[in-house]
Amino acid sequence: MNEYKEISFNGLWKNNPALVQLLGLCPLLAVSGSVVNALGLGLATLLVLVGSNISVSLIRNAVSDAVKLPAFVMIIASFTTCTELLMQAFTYELYQILGIFIPLIVTNCAILGRADAFACKNKLIPSILDGFAMGLGFMLVLVAIGAIREILGTGIIFGNMHLLFGEAARSWQISLFGENYKGFLIAILPPGAFLVTGLLIAVKNIIDAHMKKRAAAKSKNPATRSKRVRTTDNTA
Amino acid sequence: MLGQSITKNSLILGGFAVVTAGVLAFTFSLTADKIAEEEKRAATRALSEIMPAHLYDNDLLSNTREIPLEQQQLLGLEGDEKIYIATLNGQTTAIIVPMIAHDGYSGAIKLIAGIQKNGQITGVRVLSHRETPGLGDKIDINKNDWITTFDGKSLTRPKSERWAVKKDGGEFDQFTGATITPRAVVNRVKQTLTYFKKHRVQFFSQNDGNSSGQEN
Repeated sequence: MNEYKEISFNGLWKNNPALVQLLGLCPLLAVSGSVVNALGLGLATLLVLVGSNISVSLIRNAVSDAVKLPAFVMIIASFTTCTELLMQAFTYELYQILGIFIPLIVTNCAILGRADAFACKNKLIPSILDGFAMGLGFMLVLVAIGAIREILGTGIIFGNMHLLFGEAARSWQISLFGENYKGFLIAILPPGAFLVTGLLIAVKNIIDAHMKKRAAAKSKNPATRSKRVRTTDNTA
Repeated sequence: MLGQSITKNSLILGGFAVVTAGVLAFTFSLTADKIAEEEKRAATRALSEIMPAHLYDNDLLSNTREIPLEQQQLLGLEGDEKIYIATLNGQTTAIIVPMIAHDGYSGAIKLIAGIQKNGQITGVRVLSHRETPGLGDKIDINKNDWITTFDGKSLTRPKSERWAVKKDGGEFDQFTGATITPRAVVNRVKQTLTYFKKHRVQFFSQNDGNSSGQEN
């Protein structure tokens, strides 16, 4: 159980593909202009990542080192193409918006990275979990960037969600600053993606440093407290 | 030894190729119909948005006309775009003309315009563009309804010299911080109307004999 917990923590936080490994930056920066785009590409990446981790783990003993990488690339490419076809069939408008970035999932290093670093050395269940945790970690960061950029750049959030969830989702759009909000343009332009990603990495580092301090204080605390207890004992 | 491992490895890779190709073929056959349907629906939706329902009763997608090569450049076209013919009770009432503006801020702007027999615009839409988000992309109906200002316009309304953005002395709004994009669209629509005026006979004369004298 502990192993699974560690795998999840690794993918979602400690070794997050987007914030720590900085893999898959190209789609991360290019389609994070709004929540719906980010979520669409995040889900597609998640699907490919889990699929490729499953297949790679299943065949890990059948392929020799020499043909390992081409075989993985073939698996990833076919999963990506399948995802592309499915998106074209079921979320056609979103497929048109994301355009070239869906086929480009093949080149997302996070996927080949997980296949090579984890799935080809581990059993099926841990590999599925790893793919899921890494994919989710990537998607959450993508959506976070998308949300920040959409809010700053347009003043609304969850716009155009019907592209992903059907007509009922049209009303999900929330206008945060009223009609007169001019929009902080740079947030939507490519530089905004870099700025927001950098800010998120900084926030993560601050939280990590804070946690480390607290953990250190915690491990130190019992000692000081016991000392103090002793002192009180002494005075008493 | 080496030969053996080469044989083995290529067999493994070959096996992979066969299996993945099989998976792809399966997914493709599963989704092909749905994708074709979606593509058609998207195309129909774009067309029906700029063509009022009372003007036609035919299937716009199937009633098309090739554009002669020498006329393509008048519309800025460079490929196999077609003109869609709207008919009501067998009479041509309007056409939908594709056009491309090449002088946008970033790359080609693909547009379509619905034009009635009398030269009046029923609507213009942007099909694809790469204009700056937040500035030039207001030509997209999803971002702004600026593009609907063309509805009901024709070559004589407003007058020819007023067919320009306000900055150029015309009567079409530009966007704050973006003049190039709307200027390109306005100019392209104007040129298309000129094209229509010049070549309208080829669309309306065949099934509508007495239309030649009618001019707005």
